[in-house]
Amino acid sequence: MPSTAETALQRTALYERHAAAGAKLVPFAGWEMPVQYAGIREEHLAVRRDVGVFDVSHMGQVESRGPEAEAFLQRVLSNDVRRIPKGGAQYSLLCREDGGILDDLFTYRLAECEFLTVTNAANHERDLAWLQERSAGFDVDVIDRAPEFAMLAVQGPKARKLMASLADGALPPRMHCCQREIAGAPMLVCGTGYTGEDGVELLLEPADAPAVWDAIAEAGATPCGLGARDTLRLEVCFHLYGNDMDEHRNAIEAGLGWCCKEETGFIGADVVARARTTGTPEKLAAFVMEGRGIARQGNAINGGGVVTSGTFSPCLERGIGMGYVTSERAKPGTRLEIDVRGTIRSAMTERKPLYHAEGNH
Amino acid sequence: MSDASYPDDLLYHPEHDWARIEDGVATFGITWYAQDSLGEVVFFEPPAVGTSVSKDDPYTEVESVKAVSDVVAPMSGEIVEVNSAVADNPETINDEPYGEGWLVKVKLSDPDEASSLLDAAAYKATLT
Repeated sequence: MPSTAETALQRTALYERHAAAGAKLVPFAGWEMPVQYAGIREEHLAVRRDVGVFDVSHMGQVESRGPEAEAFLQRVLSNDVRRIPKGGAQYSLLCREDGGILDDLFTYRLAECEFLTVTNAANHERDLAWLQERSAGFDVDVIDRAPEFAMLAVQGPKARKLMASLADGALPPRMHCCQREIAGAPMLVCGTGYTGEDGVELLLEPADAPAVWDAIAEAGATPCGLGARDTLRLEVCFHLYGNDMDEHRNAIEAGLGWCCKEETGFIGADVVARARTTGTPEKLAAFVMEGRGIARQGNAINGGGVVTSGTFSPCLERGIGMGYVTSERAKPGTRLEIDVRGTIRSAMTERKPLYHAEGNH
Repeated sequence: MSDASYPDDLLYHPEHDWARIEDGVATFGITWYAQDSLGEVVFFEPPAVGTSVSKDDPYTEVESVKAVSDVVAPMSGEIVEVNSAVADNPETINDEPYGEGWLVKVKLSDPDEASSLLDAAAYKATLT
């Protein structure tokens, strides 16, 4: 751990809650975040079978508002922003001119000309600068809202039932959002998440976060750390920026062509269109280890390629991961030989996701 | 998981390993602190019997969901037995780090190395 960075770590509004609960706190993207409370496996299974609550206040938020907010976002985001209804949500990429991925983002349309985009903590400042620079020429204000929001994720098959008991009205459907009071605090409730389970994400004032956290935990949600967040997302093959894609990868090789609508003319669209037509030398594949052993990020794959995410899957009880391999070998059913710190271990590529949430195929 | 404990009858290496010496053979394992820092152990592949280990050098790895950790030999010698049961149930390392969760037995090449290890009180002092 870089000791120089530790002095400058930011703490979320829930830091005291995490410390009091005995969470292991680690530096993550400039924040001091809980990696686990009781244990990653236990927290992971709570989310798959019941309900868990995560502090994800390290995530950033950028508001775009103004008469040309939609036109501006249509230019910078890879998806078709016009298709987001009021109160809707959409996943997209932020791409460079050369197609390199700068971030992956959820954007919520709060009003006709008002959008809120959630950024990855490590990328927030870069995203903000990129967006503000490219907003020139559009009648739009691009505003940093990160300091104004705490963010919680409540995820699992019982998440909605739990949240409904605390809410002053109906919860938004999946991929939608609405303003609600939860445990007496006003907030934006979003039908999104990063676990493959049903659930909601909450954007609220930091001052309200501790009481809301307590109410959700008292109602039965298991506090979960970033460790379980990572194993949950990898089982369902959600990308982690910095691991599974970065500015040196384009959307097609990352397997994210589905959220790119080149006809909108977004920055990088021509590169994505070309890659889609001609194919890419490498593609991101998901794999399951055939025996015991766990491939980790950075392990080399024989014949060219590298593991970008690797962990132990609590549901499959095997090592799982994703990595870039030649496109030919990215097809499901290909045996990969992975150099795990000097031991060659075999893995089989599989169709994504590696785990199917019950009732959610 | 078990509560923090550091038995008095063991010798400790500052990199969170313990040794129990009986008749020139030492049993090695990781301390309560080590398993707690690592979290639930999900993978341990025992090294081969007959492998030489050197004091202060890694001789195997234990893995939790999140991380891989080298395990350092508290003393030198040759591995004469490995705990295969732990390979099948790695969480035993969390549940009983000093009992059923032992890792290897080593025929010591230099029993005098014991003098450089810490007793329970001295090891505990390094943790605070």
